[in-house]
Amino acid sequence: MARQAKGWSPYLAGALSGLVSVGSVWVAGKYLGASTTFVRGAGMAERLYAPDAVATLAYYLKEKPVIDWQFLFVLGIALGAFIAAKATGDFKVQLVPDTWRARFGDGVGLRALAAFVGGAVAMFGARLADGCPSGHGLSGMSQLAVSGYLAGAGFFAGGILMARLLYRGK
Amino acid sequence: MDLLFGLLTGVLFGFLLQRGQVLRYDVQLGALRLKDMTIVKFMLSHIMVAMVGIYLLNDLGLVKLSLKATVVGANALGGLIFGLGWGLVGYCPGTSLGAVGEGRLDALAAIAGMLVGAGIFARAYDGLLPTVYTWGDYGKITLAGVLGVNHWLVIAGLAVAFAAILRFIERKGL
Repeated sequence: MARQAKGWSPYLAGALSGLVSVGSVWVAGKYLGASTTFVRGAGMAERLYAPDAVATLAYYLKEKPVIDWQFLFVLGIALGAFIAAKATGDFKVQLVPDTWRARFGDGVGLRALAAFVGGAVAMFGARLADGCPSGHGLSGMSQLAVSGYLAGAGFFAGGILMARLLYRGK
Repeated sequence: MDLLFGLLTGVLFGFLLQRGQVLRYDVQLGALRLKDMTIVKFMLSHIMVAMVGIYLLNDLGLVKLSLKATVVGANALGGLIFGLGWGLVGYCPGTSLGAVGEGRLDALAAIAGMLVGAGIFARAYDGLLPTVYTWGDYGKITLAGVLGVNHWLVIAGLAVAFAAILRFIERKGL
């Protein structure tokens, strides 16, 4: 436990987050998830310059660009993390993560490009799989959904493969 | 009311993600490089608590399950593609917002990329429907249903399996 001097045990934080998830299902009838919000967000942005696409693409009609429970949940994550980081002196502005810097140098542009491309690929995959590590990994696996275990295996298989390619021999 | 509950739940979840130290690129890549299993400890602890709580409430008739359909092609292929992107970006959709909250601003580029990825997917969706989405479509199934046993038996089995994984991780000092 000593290696994370500034944080809580991941077992404690994880278990408490499990209680939050149970509470949310009980009180609000909502299961945690995050990636659908990015479809709604993309639809809102696209309405500004491509309203026809938003009005006609089947996927935007399925996941309409509206602000719903999950949209606020995702924004709340940023606020909750900010409060926790500020309250414990853990807040730190950083443009290039330590591990990335050690491997690829401190170029802000290169890191931003990788984060952008990786984010786009990850979101495409999450929408194809119909969920991300929250919706499939946490909510799906907690409900014993076969889809959650399949997608979860895919998340880690793909992630381990990419990490191996990027950090080969390191 | 829905929106208020969403915000409150998000704040609590974000607070715990930050305290669990799972928002960082370094920690997420640590797991994918099999060097630091912090996120696995967080996820499995979450699932162990949530599966017991949700099925208990479900048995009491207090909550409804919300299962995502199992489509082997879409779940597995999408999962794999997500993973390849995840290994590059080092944040997942939920943690990217939390990472910005604790000052990791490369996550802003990640969020921009994710929005673009969602837009690209919206355009690919019609073409994917008659293909990937028809490969192994079994509908909303659970492990208990597939195995034909009581869900508490599966929950007990998973709890034992997860505990064994966590014990292994701790023994290896990960």
